[in-house]
Amino acid sequence: MTDTIAQTTATETTAAETLSTAPVAPSSAGRRRPLLRAWRQLTSMRTALLLLSLLALAAVPGTLIPQRGLNPVKVAQFYSDHPTLAPVFDKLSLFDVFAAPWFAAIYLLLFVSLIGCLVPRIRLHARALRRTPPAAPRNLLRLSASADWTDPRPAPAVIDSAVAALRSARWRTDVRTEADGAVSVAAEKGYLRETGNLVFHVALLVLLTGIGLGGLFGYKGTVLVPEGGGFANVQSSYDVFSPSRLFHDTKLPPFSFTLDKFTATYQPNGQPKSFGAQVTYRATPDAPARPFDVSPNHPLSIGGSDVYLVGHGYALHLQVRDKAGRLVYDKVTPFLPDDAMFTSHGVVKVPDGLPHQVGLTGFFYPTYGPSPLGAQSTYPAPTDPVLDLAAWQGDLGLSSGRPQSVYTLPVANLKNIGTTQLTPGKTWRLKDGSSVTFVSVQQWATFQVAHDPGTSIVLVAAVFIVAGLLVSLRVRRRRLWVRARPAASSASAGATVVEAGGLARSDADGFTAEFDQLVQRLKD
Amino acid sequence: MAPDTSLAHLSDVLFTWTVFVYAVAMLGFAVEFAFARIARARGDQPTRSERFGKAAVAVTVAGWGLHVSSVVTRGLAAHRVPWGNMFEFSTMVALVAVTVFLALLLRQPVRFLGAFVLAPVVLYLGLAGTVLYVPVAPLQPVLNSYWIKIHVVAAITASGAFMVSGVITLLYLMKSWLERRSAGVSLGPGTAAAVELRQDASGPRGAARSMVDGLAKWLPASDRLDRLAYQVIGFAFPVWTFAIIAGAIWAKYAWSRYWGWDPKETWSFITWVAYAAYLHARATAGWKGRKAAYLSLVGFGALMVDYYVVNTVITGLHSYAGVN
Repeated sequence: MTDTIAQTTATETTAAETLSTAPVAPSSAGRRRPLLRAWRQLTSMRTALLLLSLLALAAVPGTLIPQRGLNPVKVAQFYSDHPTLAPVFDKLSLFDVFAAPWFAAIYLLLFVSLIGCLVPRIRLHARALRRTPPAAPRNLLRLSASADWTDPRPAPAVIDSAVAALRSARWRTDVRTEADGAVSVAAEKGYLRETGNLVFHVALLVLLTGIGLGGLFGYKGTVLVPEGGGFANVQSSYDVFSPSRLFHDTKLPPFSFTLDKFTATYQPNGQPKSFGAQVTYRATPDAPARPFDVSPNHPLSIGGSDVYLVGHGYALHLQVRDKAGRLVYDKVTPFLPDDAMFTSHGVVKVPDGLPHQVGLTGFFYPTYGPSPLGAQSTYPAPTDPVLDLAAWQGDLGLSSGRPQSVYTLPVANLKNIGTTQLTPGKTWRLKDGSSVTFVSVQQWATFQVAHDPGTSIVLVAAVFIVAGLLVSLRVRRRRLWVRARPAASSASAGATVVEAGGLARSDADGFTAEFDQLVQRLKD
Repeated sequence: MAPDTSLAHLSDVLFTWTVFVYAVAMLGFAVEFAFARIARARGDQPTRSERFGKAAVAVTVAGWGLHVSSVVTRGLAAHRVPWGNMFEFSTMVALVAVTVFLALLLRQPVRFLGAFVLAPVVLYLGLAGTVLYVPVAPLQPVLNSYWIKIHVVAAITASGAFMVSGVITLLYLMKSWLERRSAGVSLGPGTAAAVELRQDASGPRGAARSMVDGLAKWLPASDRLDRLAYQVIGFAFPVWTFAIIAGAIWAKYAWSRYWGWDPKETWSFITWVAYAAYLHARATAGWKGRKAAYLSLVGFGALMVDYYVVNTVITGLHSYAGVN
């Protein structure tokens, strides 16, 4: 990216007066070598601009069309709403814009273009850092900032004090004796601008590398844990596990935790006020158990992985007994929330222990609110918990080999054997003598466990991005020359005619003030 | 802690006064412009217009004071930072825009910006106070982090500054259009005479045209406007970059990943890329000037989508607007 974040305000074009360290424009030699020409074309600022604009444009559909990575349910909805359009969109990767080959093509080209521009610029800048400031142009008074005056001291003394003044203001200086006997000081300042600029762009490349590393070696997974339940970090414990391309499950840190208690508080209108999951964890099986409070913005970090609290709901302790009163089901059963007030649904499957297989489907209302359209919870906390239950008998289909969700019960082939409404502590006796007891209301929490080995690289790169940007936008590159020539007229013998001129690449207004101040110091 | 209702009410009253006082200041700046035109037509010194301009600045400072008090009392009433929903956010962005204008005014003669900065500010506050208004309430749990002080403050600061640079860019485009037009009509020397001639045109179209020409004289040269816009964007862009990075760090704590192409993240990325393109364009022959200016307006457009369309139309993780 030629001449980034800079502008050339100087109208002069002599080598000394241009401040640009950018590579020179493609010469006609390129025209004869098509490959070289294509490379120069790719690394030109115009191409970078085009690619930047394309990148911005290409990101737009990712926010307007549902994305698989963000909301797979919405993608499914889109499929059923637009059955002809959806497959076309899918072919164009429009449901996975940010993983699409065309999106990758844009940013990879952009980064190739960036590298192609950075390498020569770093070389040039390294050379510029070692070089002395360029010699003074012939006519200093022609520059955008200039001044001339007569100094009573002889020329060498004037030059010495000028060098001292410039050095104390941290200018880089170089004294030359010119052909006609005049002595000039060339001074330059603000090399940090280009340094900042290069740091910014290199840090962008490092950032992309860090993102890539995370994408290749990280993992994440989610798991639902009811109060009193535990989790051990092996792949099979997860409800959903998404490893990255080069992830190996031997790399999972061997931690475990139990959910001791989940607490949620709400505002009077039902909006959540706070969540917290008290867990006890062990970093390794032999490590001592430690307590921790996992809450929003407060993940638990163990062994390079982080455990986040991402969801919660109610889990009901339900018991099923046979005719003789023998316990055949005794579990804390998670119910999934359907709305913000935690109207929830759940299923119990009892394949063994009863004469026939039995299933229960239930709706749970933490705060029961009957309405003509069916009951609904009216508040998310369990102030008036009610469970609506339906019992079903027949083949639950668990032996068919087809995978079945634990949260749904296909009732098409089952016989309804009764419905009821229960509150905690109450028991429902069915016609065949078996019974269902609603023991108590508990809660569950879902945790996400994530590991991204690129994070620290990305963070460091981000720090350098901001620092480089600040420096390159704040610092001005500027040059200044002072020329001293013994006065010609005999009347002022021993005096010196001094000329000073300077130019800045950007923010010329600010430079004029700085220049005037410096000239004032030189005169005194 | 329950919200303090009397303080909340005081904040609302201060808010209404802020909008009113800003509107008066805007009018003052407009009167300055009108009197300056009359003075110029008569060949007088524009002393009277300057008096109006200076008074308008004083009124703006008073409005700014009311604005700050309104925000502070809102925060005290809610027992939290006063930028937890879209109403409060818009109020803060407007406050930053006025602050940027006043800060610029301390260092350079930019009084001509007054009416042009206050017009969108008044409109913005008006919309915030009517459409987006929500009573004082506690924060959602996920927002309850010290990152709200870092990420959101940076986002607000950058947005307010981008708003001012957007106004300057529009003025730049207008001025450079007028410069090119008058250069074309008068064929070089005698520009002033050509403009004078057109000012005599009668009828409503002529009046509108002479108004525009008056504005053209009132505004500084286009390259000065261009540099001014660059200066403001040069401040806002690193702040915006920092806001995105701080947001990513917060997202890592709150949502388990630092970047997930959530609509809010994506549009802030688009905004960033557009302003980055502007900065590059400014250094590229053939893209300098008006084309670069259009890119910065694209950036501002993306910023507006980021706040208003994403919060209200596209649902994502940043659904904290509080309006439905």
